[in-house]
Amino acid sequence: MAEFIHQRDIYGKTLVELGKIIPELVVLDADLSTSTKTAMFAKEFPTRFFNFGVAEQNMMATAAGLASCGKIVFASSFAMFATGRAWEQIRNTIAYNNFNVKIVASHAGITVGPDGSSHQALEDICLMRAIPYMNIIIPCDGPQTKDAVETAAKTSGPFYIRLARCKVPTVENKPKFIFGKAQILREGKHAAIIACGIMVYEALQAADNLAKKGIKVRVINMHTISPLDKEAIITSAKQCSGIVVCEEHSNVGGLASAVQEVVTESYPVRIRQVNIKNKFGQSGEPDELLREYNLTSADIENAVSSFLT
Amino acid sequence: MEIDDKQIKELEKKARQIRKQIIEMICRACSGHPGGSLSATDIVVALYYVVLRHRPNEPQWPDRDRFHLSKGHCCPLWYAVLADRGFFPKGELTNLRKLGSILQGHPDRRTPGVEVASGSLGQGLSVALGMSLAGKIDKKDYRVYCLMGDGEIQEGNIWEAAMAASHYKCDNLCAIVDYNGFQIDGRTNEIMNLEPLVAKWQAFGWYTIEIDGHNMRQILEAFDAAKNYKGKPTVIIARTTKGKGVSFMENVCNFHGCAPTNEEAAKAYKELEQDTECA
Repeated sequence: MAEFIHQRDIYGKTLVELGKIIPELVVLDADLSTSTKTAMFAKEFPTRFFNFGVAEQNMMATAAGLASCGKIVFASSFAMFATGRAWEQIRNTIAYNNFNVKIVASHAGITVGPDGSSHQALEDICLMRAIPYMNIIIPCDGPQTKDAVETAAKTSGPFYIRLARCKVPTVENKPKFIFGKAQILREGKHAAIIACGIMVYEALQAADNLAKKGIKVRVINMHTISPLDKEAIITSAKQCSGIVVCEEHSNVGGLASAVQEVVTESYPVRIRQVNIKNKFGQSGEPDELLREYNLTSADIENAVSSFLT
Repeated sequence: MEIDDKQIKELEKKARQIRKQIIEMICRACSGHPGGSLSATDIVVALYYVVLRHRPNEPQWPDRDRFHLSKGHCCPLWYAVLADRGFFPKGELTNLRKLGSILQGHPDRRTPGVEVASGSLGQGLSVALGMSLAGKIDKKDYRVYCLMGDGEIQEGNIWEAAMAASHYKCDNLCAIVDYNGFQIDGRTNEIMNLEPLVAKWQAFGWYTIEIDGHNMRQILEAFDAAKNYKGKPTVIIARTTKGKGVSFMENVCNFHGCAPTNEEAAKAYKELEQDTECA
């Protein structure tokens, strides 16, 4: 049984570790520091932490001002408010200036659960992917969150890192994390599953179930959405019967869209999508919602099977 | 602060030269925003010729005072002043808004002297707040100046920043509202009333100074008072005239974002040159 960890706990701990070795590191939050776990940094480095209250737009534009003076700024909120409320501040004042602002948002996707639709960001990957210079990492589990945060701190330019609310299962035996390079977790040619975030674990379960039936499926953890590992996608398009893309996000503008952009231009193959079909979410327990919106390993198995009939 | 009459006269003369340059640049570019550039000219001249601690040949000098033009559409004014101060060659001014130019239609970091891009209204006070907080973290004594438009402060983001700047006691921050009374669609207080404006800033925890934004002595004294005020950020509410210095542009809403024709520009030069001679 996999270990279940809160990605945001890892985020908080990693910030504290980085704070000790990077004096330029500054952390901002908008009244959610106990949820996003930036409170850990605030406790350790009170003079390098600023809480802006419920005011995400100000937080993002202030982050740009701090970055213009040489600071490496981490700014956190929930994915809905970080990317939605403050989109234009991110576009015009952070990304256009190519500033060192790292937006780390928790509570992304449908698994936010009982809080319901207003808090379930299903469009955030789309919103961030549309902005030039923006780097996007969606870690698949707790340990990979540390890789993502360290990469953002040490790589110049704006970043968006997407984290979940719930504890997520740890994916064992991953190859070394390389920013911008997809991780191949299972080999196979009957189909390729390209997944990100919590859907990576679902994809592995689907692949392992299919393997018992003699169906060999490649599983790719596309942890970096921008810049996208196009080579990994094109290779899979050439070698596999089809591609299934899995994301806890809308079918508009997210990972599935990104994969389709690459495939249609370079090597058209059939694609199935396991994601949310341009809908709003609703209240419910995370596992209920994953079932309701067809985001389970069984749904992934069905998508793969559709290539084989 | 000692300010002699001779210095005031020189600054006034400089402001007229800059106004002429603004008209020339916008006329040549066939687009741009003369009205608000002309209303803020005296303030920006005071900043760049007296107030700001800066090194034009070393724009990234770490101890420089920061200036952020939140009302980014008035960049012809900023560019004219930066060129005159030697941040880049004056010849560049002819390339305003042209393809590949370092002088974009709204401020951009490719221009030496521009710290942070602007143009989308309402974000600049937050940018300045970030610069102010960075100065406090680093225990630097530089000051931060942020010039806003009056229409611009209808943006909610401004008031989020206003609340935060007083919360964090940013007394190294000085904001200026260029209160010229007009925005694109008409008179500011008819489109969306800002009054009581001074009371609003005071309620948000700011030290306020009201001045005639075309009176050079008042401008310089206000910046001096702001520098000496501790514990709160300062806002200077500068009452100005949109299109100031060119009779047929003054208080004419259409010149918010319309370039003068060649004939209008010629007429404007004449007025500004006459003024220069009188002085």
